Amino acid sequence: MDRRGFIKRSSLASGYFLIPGFLKPLGNLNPEVTKKNLVVIQLSGGNDWLNTIVPYKNDLYYKKRPQLGIKEGKLILLEKDLAFNNSLSLLKQFYDSGEMAIVNNVGYPNPDRSHFRSMDIWHTASQSNEFLHTGWLGRYLDNECKNSFEGIEVDNYLSLALKGKKLNGLAIKNINQLHKELKVPYFNDIAEAAKSDVLNEDNQGYLYKTLLETSSSVDYIYEKNKIVSNTFEYPNTELGKQLKDIAGFITSGISTKVYYVSMSGFDTHAAQLNKQNNLLEQYAKAVSAFIVNLKGLDKWEDTSIFTFSEFGRRVEENASAGTDHGTAGNVFLFGKNLKKKGIINELPDLINLDDGDLKYHIDFRSIYKNILHDWLNADANKIISADVNPFKVL
Amino acid sequence: MATPISQIFHIYSRLGFSISYANAKLLSAKSLNDIINGLIVTSTTGIYLTEIGKEDILLKKDAMESGMAPKEYQKLIKDKLQQLNISWIKKLLSTENVLLEKQTLFWHNHFACRVRHPYLMQELNNIHRKFAFGSFRDLLVEVSKSPAMLIYLNNQQNKKAHPNENFARELMELFTLGRGNYTEQDVQEVARAFTGWSFNKDDGSFEFKEKQHDDGEKTIFTRKGNFGGEDVINMIISNKQTAYFITKKIYKYYVNETINEERVKQLADFYYQNQYNTGALIKKIFTSKWFYDAENIGCNIKSPIDYLVGLSRQFSITYNKYNVLFNLQRVLGQQLFYPPNVAGWPGGKNYIDSTTLVLRMKLPSLILNNGQVDIPDKIDDPDDQKKEEILENKKMETSVNWTTILEENKGLDLDKLFKVYLLKMPSQKIIEKIKSDQSLGVKEMILKIVSLPEYNLA
Repeated sequence: MDRRGFIKRSSLASGYFLIPGFLKPLGNLNPEVTKKNLVVIQLSGGNDWLNTIVPYKNDLYYKKRPQLGIKEGKLILLEKDLAFNNSLSLLKQFYDSGEMAIVNNVGYPNPDRSHFRSMDIWHTASQSNEFLHTGWLGRYLDNECKNSFEGIEVDNYLSLALKGKKLNGLAIKNINQLHKELKVPYFNDIAEAAKSDVLNEDNQGYLYKTLLETSSSVDYIYEKNKIVSNTFEYPNTELGKQLKDIAGFITSGISTKVYYVSMSGFDTHAAQLNKQNNLLEQYAKAVSAFIVNLKGLDKWEDTSIFTFSEFGRRVEENASAGTDHGTAGNVFLFGKNLKKKGIINELPDLINLDDGDLKYHIDFRSIYKNILHDWLNADANKIISADVNPFKVL
Repeated sequence: MATPISQIFHIYSRLGFSISYANAKLLSAKSLNDIINGLIVTSTTGIYLTEIGKEDILLKKDAMESGMAPKEYQKLIKDKLQQLNISWIKKLLSTENVLLEKQTLFWHNHFACRVRHPYLMQELNNIHRKFAFGSFRDLLVEVSKSPAMLIYLNNQQNKKAHPNENFARELMELFTLGRGNYTEQDVQEVARAFTGWSFNKDDGSFEFKEKQHDDGEKTIFTRKGNFGGEDVINMIISNKQTAYFITKKIYKYYVNETINEERVKQLADFYYQNQYNTGALIKKIFTSKWFYDAENIGCNIKSPIDYLVGLSRQFSITYNKYNVLFNLQRVLGQQLFYPPNVAGWPGGKNYIDSTTLVLRMKLPSLILNNGQVDIPDKIDDPDDQKKEEILENKKMETSVNWTTILEENKGLDLDKLFKVYLLKMPSQKIIEKIKSDQSLGVKEMILKIVSLPEYNLA
């Protein structure tokens, strides 16, 4: 029996499982089980990956993108005839040190080119003709966690990715403000009074369980977070602030397994070059600050970062110096002990296209399975039903 | 024969959007039958959405011809969809035909559709209205022929040479039979039967394109024949499983998210025998004795629309800026005309997470006191409103006539107030907690009651 299985079994034997989450003493929940955490950074709008990781040796790239193609001289060259968009320069250090993995041609069968549907598919890890109401990380919470705060989205509202059947993640834009809101006398009174009530399995019980779970989780995070003072300097951008908050949560010692943030603006149908470069620069600056910060705090080996977008964009540019919705693209993974480093698989094939779009080679769910199984120590097959093998990067 | 007021609160939380104490008192003089008959609207006057003019069917063509920038065009579409959404919200807030709206919402969710054509979206909604209480078969035919659905489920690309299965699959999986009641071969063959179903882009009328239609023999549900689309619909309708599938969904919607299998079967038989007359089924439900059993009261979770419209109607709230309601729909998880996918909003507990619950508990005091609520933009949409506009929208700018409300509730003690606003009572401890604060006036009491988790139960 592995260590994790042992802990699970012994906690079951002690009856610990039978106590509803919100009644358990918080703060000392088997802290040694795993300190590992995952940070997901979502690029919303469909990032143009071909101008992010550029196939600069491929003539077709320049032929199909007379206005948008980035010249070799303006790129940061990597291996395998690929290059970074210059705006990602700050990430080169992690590429060089083997702490960054770039996977090409990631997508799924029968791709959907609608933002919201494709994002749904990435969030729920469903087939393209299947409609799930829970997210892949929500099902991870359902199967492997006991408290809402084990999945935190640094935002005002919770993404479908973090919604489970039994347990939802927690959306926290500003922990101090949220704590203040929940601690107004009336809210607090209701939560306090309900604590000793017997809650049924019906919807009324569900509402109170959600309230109590929220209230105790927010208390717990607030108390732990209070003593943290992170003076490390981050770029003054939305993503910079969000990642700084996450670094704070990680240092505070809360047992959160999954952090989630999203960055928007990638839907570049027109005048793409400056817009995208600016966004990529914001991304690289924030991520780089985050990693350097965690390294200084001696926390980097516990963290992995995963970056994705709902789709890549068309190979051919459009008439407005932009690109339209496409299919497959890249994902990035960062971590200290990657199993695979640098550029992991073959270059995008610009000749054999699917209706003008890239064909996928790696199903994104095989990367989810890798993250769940090898990084978060979860039973990935229970969470992802797709019949794909883990694609081992982490 | 009079109807007990507690029953009025219960029915109106289901076939309407809650009701004020004063209106409930007025209605209780009527018999249950009269109340329900009055709500199953058969007249078609004034029931449709008319915000988007028919000329907008050419919006795209006109934009292309006039050389409008794509960005500008996207913004135009977005604004029109928002107008359409708000026009429905206004109807929901003011109409007397509440059951018609409730049933339209049911079909809006059942035949979930999302295309960037405001006029076509409006017309699909008007089909749901026209057939709300009529025959499900007729409704199904009209929906299948509607341009919005033909576009959304790719039937425009469903041609003899290259059949597209999208519509065929959802027709059976989501609209009629449910998973497990057809084979993959049925999907392929049904797709062939619907080849050539198309529409005229200039006037939005249905068109059967004979050249694209595959009139060869098909095997559908083990039967062989040169079936066309309507033949398929008739076969689906003659399968009792369809009556069961729809009845079960209607039961969950109006009665209880947890179903009583025996009862659903009986109702499905009734629906089938009555040629899928939806009005008859609804009337049967609301006049059944078991509908008023304790287990069916306050057991369902209000959808965001139920919640927002209910709160607004109960307190006769007037909004200066309807954009607030548009954004609130989104953050609460149900924005009209923007269903998450063809399966519609999952509903029930899915609407509740820590953020939405806290927001629902805070909203009464914000809306009823013209407060502010933070509604940031999350969905990446390049045409979305500018930051300043969103900040501007944070202010509720609502007005509530508290004098009238207090007058209406005059003479009600705290126990009665609980019963006016809640269908399910909180625990004794929580009731005591609220009662213990002697300093509270009636207004504060009401605000506290509608801020309780139980206010989210219907």
